[in-house]
Amino acid sequence: MTEKILELPEAGGSEPMLINIGPQHPATHGVLRLICELDGETVLKVTPDIGFLHSSFEKLGEYRTWNQIVPLTDRMDYLAPLMYNCVYVMAVEKLMGLEVTERCKVARVVLMEMERIFSHLLWLGTTAIDVGAFTPFLYAFQERERIYKLHEAYTGARITTSATRVGGMMADLPDGWTDSLRDFVKTFPKTLNEIDSLLTTNGIHLGRTIDIGVISGEDAINHGFTGPNLRASGVDYDLRKDNPYYDYETYDFDVPIGENGDCYDRYLVRMEEMRQSLRILEQALDRLPGGPMDVADPRVSLPSKTDCMNDMESMIHHFKLITEGISVPAGDCYFAVEGSKGELGMYVVSDGGEKPVRWRIRPPSFVNLSVIAKLAEGHLVSDLIMINASLDIVLGEIDR
Amino acid sequence: MDEGRSGFDAVEQGPESSDRPTDTPRHGDGDAGEHPSVTGLRARFGSTVLHEEVQAGDQHVVFVDPASNRAVLEWLKDDPEQRYDLLVDVTAVDYGGGKPIQVVYQLWSIDNKRALRVKCELPLDGLSIDSAAPLWNAANWLEREVYDLFGVEFRGHPDLRRILMPQNYEEGHPLRKDFPLRGRFSRAEQTRRALSQDYHDDYTTEELEVGGAPGLVLPEPDSSPDEAGRAP
Repeated sequence: MTEKILELPEAGGSEPMLINIGPQHPATHGVLRLICELDGETVLKVTPDIGFLHSSFEKLGEYRTWNQIVPLTDRMDYLAPLMYNCVYVMAVEKLMGLEVTERCKVARVVLMEMERIFSHLLWLGTTAIDVGAFTPFLYAFQERERIYKLHEAYTGARITTSATRVGGMMADLPDGWTDSLRDFVKTFPKTLNEIDSLLTTNGIHLGRTIDIGVISGEDAINHGFTGPNLRASGVDYDLRKDNPYYDYETYDFDVPIGENGDCYDRYLVRMEEMRQSLRILEQALDRLPGGPMDVADPRVSLPSKTDCMNDMESMIHHFKLITEGISVPAGDCYFAVEGSKGELGMYVVSDGGEKPVRWRIRPPSFVNLSVIAKLAEGHLVSDLIMINASLDIVLGEIDR
Repeated sequence: MDEGRSGFDAVEQGPESSDRPTDTPRHGDGDAGEHPSVTGLRARFGSTVLHEEVQAGDQHVVFVDPASNRAVLEWLKDDPEQRYDLLVDVTAVDYGGGKPIQVVYQLWSIDNKRALRVKCELPLDGLSIDSAAPLWNAANWLEREVYDLFGVEFRGHPDLRRILMPQNYEEGHPLRKDFPLRGRFSRAEQTRRALSQDYHDDYTTEELEVGGAPGLVLPEPDSSPDEAGRAP
């Protein structure tokens, strides 16, 4: 079968062409505009144009009290909202020198690992659909729906969760919630294995992902890659292991590392990460202790209603916390967790007041997306779509 | 409360302690006393290192002279004992009130598992500093964002354009403290500008020249339908 069926124009022989992909295009996974310079179907140069979703969250944050910022955080990455809720308050608590209760810690680990699966599932479904596989999309979204229900059961919202507060959570986990999550942890591997069998050895999927968008480990570090994208290039860097927070060093889990740094390895790493997250979830659910969810610290916690009704000082305290908000000591703090898309950091600067001087998000997708120009050069347009998908970006967080 | 873990004396009622093991390094367990890189920096660069702070209990912040930020960062990146190979973040902080703007580099060494924050203070009338993009490609977009939102100019940056705001945005740099929350122009003016945008604003000059000019000729806005020259 050496006979050419379709005669393609020789690369380099024709005039280059400029086309836009997006900003309104389903394959860009958000309002991302890719300005592509093409020679035939070969990408000569691709320039991402971002900012279509820019809402200036960081500026808005400077006009809000510390706890009022929480709702802004879940609107950034609507694919893993609880993770963003958690990391923001973790940064503020670190700046205050506030240690949350053991129950809150484990609960946040549960929520963050659940969000990792939640985010990877969306990536899995939409990436599969980009290379023509429709079924994994349906399977993945069926499972995502179960996590949406867990969001809803806990916070009342499916996406805009806003579940955390400085010093604790908005409420304790509802009755039976952990049982529903256990049920998910028990049954989800079946679906994951089904998706695995549909894609991992699928000839079309292999052809579309192997050796596409390759980046070496050294280059990946230099370009600021973090998270699964970096690990797919063979660099062993996971904040849960390398700079552990919330007792992650006591959980038994592995960090999957890729070899080639291509789209296929990025796929394999994320598939394995979901399994490892399930392991962490199992252990965390087993060790979820009783006791209070919120810290008992007068700087952040409201006095009880009985106290407010019976003594003047408590009432004044309550009034001041509500009307002025909490105050955070002057200083700055950078706190990062291993987010679903890479190193997710929050940099908070306070002058001792009730509002931040500066609130900065270290955006993993933003830095990861900047590499697309390098990854896509010389590939076909259809591979550009796959490369873009394999980076797992979310435009809400890129544009902020 | 573990003393090595928290530097805040203001905590009157200490946080509830947990029964975690203390053998591995972790957030909050750093040595607040001395940072090997800061010691090395002082030995190597002397008075270029202006002063050092410890923030949030264990986070080391070193202030360096903005005139030699590139040399300091290059040394931190390439020196075999430092090896801060991951540029995590570049951002800026405006404290307002005419105070200098701080450019913040957040570094991480994958080998040594160590973090360092480097800050350079720029006076408002001299917002210009050497770019770190020749050292780390990661700095490319991060510095563009700082330029866009704070107006800090990065000398030697390969592609210093606005990134989040439109290229023809004329209201200034939004994250500066003197920038009003709703922008400098009135709502009517902002709407007028949004509606009168030209397609040229969405492309660079080089991009407009790709593939030759003919496909890009558009009719004049006031030409009637009968006239020749309409785009097909």
